[in-house]
Amino acid sequence: MLDQLSWKVGGQQGEGVESTGETFAVALNRKGYYVYSFRHFSSRIKGGHSNDKVRVSVDQHRAIADYTDVLLAFDQETIDLNGDDVREGGIIIADEKFKPVAPEHARLFVVPLTKIAEDCGSAIMKNMVSLGASACVLGLGTDIFRPVVEERFLRKGQKVVDQNMEAIQRGFDYMAELGGADPEFALKPIDGTPRLFMTGNDALGLGALAAGARVMPAYPITPASDVMEYLIKKFPEVGGVVVQTEDEIAAMTMTIGAAYGGARAFTCTSGPGLALMMEAIGLSGMTETPVVIIDTQRGGPSTGLPTKQEQSDFLAALFGTHGEIPKIVLTPSTPEECYTSVGEAFNLAEKYQCPVIVMTDLQLSLSKQTTDVLKLEDITIDRGLIATESDFNDEGERQSGEFKRYEITESGVSKRAFPGAKGGVHHVTGVEHMENGRPFENPANRQKMMDKRLRKLEGVEIENSVVRTGDENPDVLVIGIGANTGAISESMSLMRKDGMKVAHAQLHALLPFPVQQLNEAMKGAKKVVVVENNGTAQVKRLMAFFDVKHHEDVSSLLKYDGTAFLPVDIYNYCKGLV
Amino acid sequence: MATVKDFRNDVRPNWCPGCGDFSVQASIQRALANLGKEPHEVAVISGIGCSGRISGYINSYGFHGVHGRSLPTAQGVKLANRDATVIASGGDGDGFGIGLNHFMHAVRRNVNITYIVMDNQIYGLTKGQHSPTSAHGFTAKTTPKGNIENALIPTQVALGAGIGFLAQGFSSDVKQLVSLIEQGIEYDGFSLINVFSPCVTYNKVNTYDWYRENVVNLEQRGDYDPTDRALAMRTVIETNGLATGLIYRDETRVSYQEQIPGYTKEPIVHHNLQLDSELFDKAVKQFA
Repeated sequence: MLDQLSWKVGGQQGEGVESTGETFAVALNRKGYYVYSFRHFSSRIKGGHSNDKVRVSVDQHRAIADYTDVLLAFDQETIDLNGDDVREGGIIIADEKFKPVAPEHARLFVVPLTKIAEDCGSAIMKNMVSLGASACVLGLGTDIFRPVVEERFLRKGQKVVDQNMEAIQRGFDYMAELGGADPEFALKPIDGTPRLFMTGNDALGLGALAAGARVMPAYPITPASDVMEYLIKKFPEVGGVVVQTEDEIAAMTMTIGAAYGGARAFTCTSGPGLALMMEAIGLSGMTETPVVIIDTQRGGPSTGLPTKQEQSDFLAALFGTHGEIPKIVLTPSTPEECYTSVGEAFNLAEKYQCPVIVMTDLQLSLSKQTTDVLKLEDITIDRGLIATESDFNDEGERQSGEFKRYEITESGVSKRAFPGAKGGVHHVTGVEHMENGRPFENPANRQKMMDKRLRKLEGVEIENSVVRTGDENPDVLVIGIGANTGAISESMSLMRKDGMKVAHAQLHALLPFPVQQLNEAMKGAKKVVVVENNGTAQVKRLMAFFDVKHHEDVSSLLKYDGTAFLPVDIYNYCKGLV
Repeated sequence: MATVKDFRNDVRPNWCPGCGDFSVQASIQRALANLGKEPHEVAVISGIGCSGRISGYINSYGFHGVHGRSLPTAQGVKLANRDATVIASGGDGDGFGIGLNHFMHAVRRNVNITYIVMDNQIYGLTKGQHSPTSAHGFTAKTTPKGNIENALIPTQVALGAGIGFLAQGFSSDVKQLVSLIEQGIEYDGFSLINVFSPCVTYNKVNTYDWYRENVVNLEQRGDYDPTDRALAMRTVIETNGLATGLIYRDETRVSYQEQIPGYTKEPIVHHNLQLDSELFDKAVKQFA
């Protein structure tokens, strides 16, 4: 019996690969298993190989497995490309239609997926037949699929539901006759608590909704678009608006306008879009307009690898505007953290009146995974300093320039007033300005205003910006960021089995850079390795830049081939270190 | 009620003496007072350049942003606060060079803001380079042997993009300009008032006198019908873009805000942001 299973479905893009994987994953998630799925797809609409690798387990894993137990193949290309990933003695279930040829190390089951589907009413249902066949191998009943099938097809009528359920049952029966029900492959039964099943993007959208975001100008880009697509459905319920702008520059400047207008406004993009927004990010810093920018990183540079995993925008996010502004950068690792990070981002943006960038990566943004139940109360709303009637000069409305929008304060933060507020009339400009917002280039004023802005983040510490788990005085401390958290924690279990002492420090914020927390986390570690999905060791360089103690002894494990880290990658590297 | 004086502040413009932008500024102030607006109800959003400074010279909320981006910024302000009177303003380089893309899309989108462009057919603040509206053959620092590019004609572009309210003024004719700005602000949708606003320092061709001789004031045509789109298009072509007055007004277009599903009458800036727990539970259930 398996306490974890690695299952993969593959075929041509547009052939139902995603929906097959999704139906399988949702059904098992509802059953109480932990599920983690990762899609391999190309930047095209139809055609081209795609696959969905799903891991089902009794305990939580936030990474795909190093291997595949069961491969569902809709075409020969799927076997050719993924056969090696199938473990020795693993199972390949393939459609009879293409006369499959499988590698010798796997057990091939040829099932007339398409033919059975046609018998049930339509060839489209071959994915249902394949799900039935899978259920048989794994020792699961077919009933787990019923609620999912009903949700998807009930609006088309009971007949469609029945046909799909029949397709699943016949797939199951056919596989049973072939002797596919193998106790070795049966999943350990579980009496789990039902949790959520969502992507990082889902959690970002939900977090923005809960955080009171009301205006979202954005330009579609992989892997960020889901967030705007989600909120286009949700915002009508709260009176908000998503604007699909003409480009990312418009998205960013419109976000700034809306925030200046008094809304909680944000945008969501990926690397190339972030690059286009840089000038305006500087404007938000200079005008002290609070904005939130979500950057779902993908393979760069330029168009790079639009549908592949990478984490290479960190330096751009930290340093990428001209001039100097205060800025905050958060880096969640899981959907749960994506959800709370968005809430935190809005609060930090409004508290410090500066841009806050929330960075995820393609793997975190798009991998659907079992997620704890998210709570509304985990997001609080703190809008920072907003001027009220009593702050305004009595005659303020008639006396221009009386409201000191950029009043020099000890904290560097001054009160905001929104258009419409009587007495709050003021000018805002990206040009250096005086306390009332009017342009002023005097050197002494310039110095004071720069100091005011830069002072805002002095002493800011982001809670849990480094989370350290594991042994004291470890043989290896692994530092990670973003989606690689899952592969790291899993590699640690492998190392522990070998008798190693290991620890894991995950970075949840890059700016302000958590120097102290890293110094603490690294204490006593014999070896330290930073694991990141880029080619120039950006996070490791940041440790040097911000002068983290002993940064010169830190080594680096990089991956920039477009794929996500596997637990075995990290395990092998660390074994080599010690 | 606020008067013109209430829309003035004590900032001295950095425009050259005689600059056409002075009367644009005065016209905006006059129009706002005539419409009974109060300074705190108004936001003037501008880009970069001489004209971009205008947001600092009017006593109202003002936002002086980045080059060419006044329109998306202004639309953002309006979406956050539908009660605010939002005016975007800038020059021909700002609006039709770097910002042309945003202009076309602002026209399409039709958020209810008024766009006032001070068109002097040259770059002034960077000291005399040719602009997108400079005529073919025009000599400037970057076209010493004459401009080999064609001029963009804002009124033709606007009509081509499907604008709902189009007017053109001349900064010498303040009376007409005030009226056009008032109508633009009152129009429920995106409105453009392109204003010929001579640069007395760098543009020695398109002077006050030149405009006086060349503009075609549609108000003097008794039979001009500004609701006739084909006529408007013909007129801007025939006058080579030099027609002034109300050129086109479409009463059938519905503004962007009116079409946003679920958009409330209450401006977003006044919303209670705390999410209703029932809504939240429903949202979470989708991921169960």
